[in-house]
Amino acid sequence: MTQTLLNLLAIAVPLAVGFASLFAFTTWLERKILARIQNRIGPNRISLPFTRFRRLFGLIQPAADGLKMLAKEDIVPRDADKLLHLLAPILSLVPPMMVLCLLPLELPYATAGMRALQAAALDNAVLLFFAITSLNTLAVFMAGWASRNKYSLLGGMRAVAQMVSYEIPLVLSAAVVIMAAGGMNAQAIVEAQRAQWFIFTPWGLAAFLIFFIASLAETNRSPFDLPEAESEIIAGYFTEYSGFKFALFFLGEYLAIFAVSGLAVTLFLGGGAGPWVAAYPALSCVWFLAKIFALIFVMIWLRGTLPRLRVDQLMGFAWKFLLPLSLLNLFVAAAALKLAKPWLSWPVGALVLYGAAVALSRSHRADAAPRTYSYAE
Amino acid sequence: MRLLGFGILKGMAVTLENFVRSYFDRDRRHHLFTKEYAWEPGAPAEVLPARADTTVTAHSRNFPILLHDGADPMGGIRCVACQICERECPPQCIYIEKDYDEQGKYIKRPAIFDIDLSVCMSCQICVEVCPFDAIVMDSQFELSTANRFGGLLQHRDQLLKSNEYYHRIHPEEARARDDRMAQEKAEKEAKQAAADAAKKKAAEAKAAAEIAAEKSKPEPSAPTAGGAA
Repeated sequence: MTQTLLNLLAIAVPLAVGFASLFAFTTWLERKILARIQNRIGPNRISLPFTRFRRLFGLIQPAADGLKMLAKEDIVPRDADKLLHLLAPILSLVPPMMVLCLLPLELPYATAGMRALQAAALDNAVLLFFAITSLNTLAVFMAGWASRNKYSLLGGMRAVAQMVSYEIPLVLSAAVVIMAAGGMNAQAIVEAQRAQWFIFTPWGLAAFLIFFIASLAETNRSPFDLPEAESEIIAGYFTEYSGFKFALFFLGEYLAIFAVSGLAVTLFLGGGAGPWVAAYPALSCVWFLAKIFALIFVMIWLRGTLPRLRVDQLMGFAWKFLLPLSLLNLFVAAAALKLAKPWLSWPVGALVLYGAAVALSRSHRADAAPRTYSYAE
Repeated sequence: MRLLGFGILKGMAVTLENFVRSYFDRDRRHHLFTKEYAWEPGAPAEVLPARADTTVTAHSRNFPILLHDGADPMGGIRCVACQICERECPPQCIYIEKDYDEQGKYIKRPAIFDIDLSVCMSCQICVEVCPFDAIVMDSQFELSTANRFGGLLQHRDQLLKSNEYYHRIHPEEARARDDRMAQEKAEKEAKQAAADAAKKKAAEAKAAAEIAAEKSKPEPSAPTAGGAA
């Protein structure tokens, strides 16, 4: 019993603490990358106190931010629903924390006893992942409703519409991988990609792109950050949150990014597979995190590039483009998996999927004419 | 036919180029805009702003102002109250009323020209549509006031700035605008002069023709025909 408890702690604590500190690092990374994209420097002032290490590229910045958040006053609006207002940030943190242990992350020091306790070994890990992450919508809407603020409510409504819509292409594109791997066990899915990562098949590539786009929307990342659109609705659902509750929302958001990137790595990018893993099994963990951070880099890069969508564009993109395409992709994957001639899958699959994507994008082109000037030419 | 998603990839290429070159490239297009330690005594000259009386560069653009030539603001005001900018302004932050003299005749200048700074989004469309080069962008951003709403509605006399001021804040742009205006004026004058000359010539030719006609036809009974008009 004691041994089981110790094993459980040995898995759970590093996951919780490790990803929380990776969150701090990622906020720094995001600010630095965005700054460099805009030809700025980014945070670089905070120094380590009482040492001669003066600046360290601003790496101490997240610690200073965290301290500031802790020290700030916790303001609750007078007319807010106090209980829901308190519960929302906590609930927004729980689902991403839970799904992190569903990732097939092989801790280097794990013994057989620890591995048996890992949730990644569950037979329906992928299903559980989607079931738990959909709880996040509830936390967001709770925050929007409880604040009794029009911006919060607008953000909450937007978030519900967006997260419910994008969950469908997200799950459908994951279903392709489940078909190919023949199960929902995360480790079995990684195992099934030993010969070839699923991203290197036509249906896998299409599913990965759909999954990545939908995961951007699921985690409220730019260009789908409508629920917290600063220029439109202040901060959306967490407008009325300050101090550590705000930090909890922030943390929950980044943990959700880790979780959904981790799932993308599991489903499409071969999990912890990579060079020299056979010789040094501890590297598997490193490769897994490296792939997660590669995806996060692309997310930040997209944030530095693309402007935000309009609400109608957002919903239209999910229902009229991503959904039909991911449905078609199911058929393409089924055909490719049963195909007698595997070499045909690339040309035919790519042609069908790309043709469908072009046809879909053409049929829904916006009718709005560009702005015309009546006097200037 | 362009590849689907090509625009996104193109944009991403631009941002990636910025990201990478911000570390290696020292040329003007990719240099870092943040000046470090500009406030510290003994800061190197290259981190200080170009002019002593401002912290912004000549490329900064903020709310619009009206221009006037010469020393007298209302005497040299370029705006003729044509209201093009009022109509084109996307957030509709401009309000103009035309000025009339005692006889009710429209004199080409605005009686009221207001810009609501709480609405203006500094898009510069008013500058682009103005055919009279009367409205340009300011670089003034320190607009705090002690009262809550007073500074938000800018009236005509607050908006009026001299061309010299414009030259001071955006030297290159002002010079280019002056050159273009001078060129347009010269072209217009040349055109006018050519038109005048042609008119004069035509009149002379007509007079000569009439004299010739009178000479060839001594009888005054036949009136001159209209010609091939």
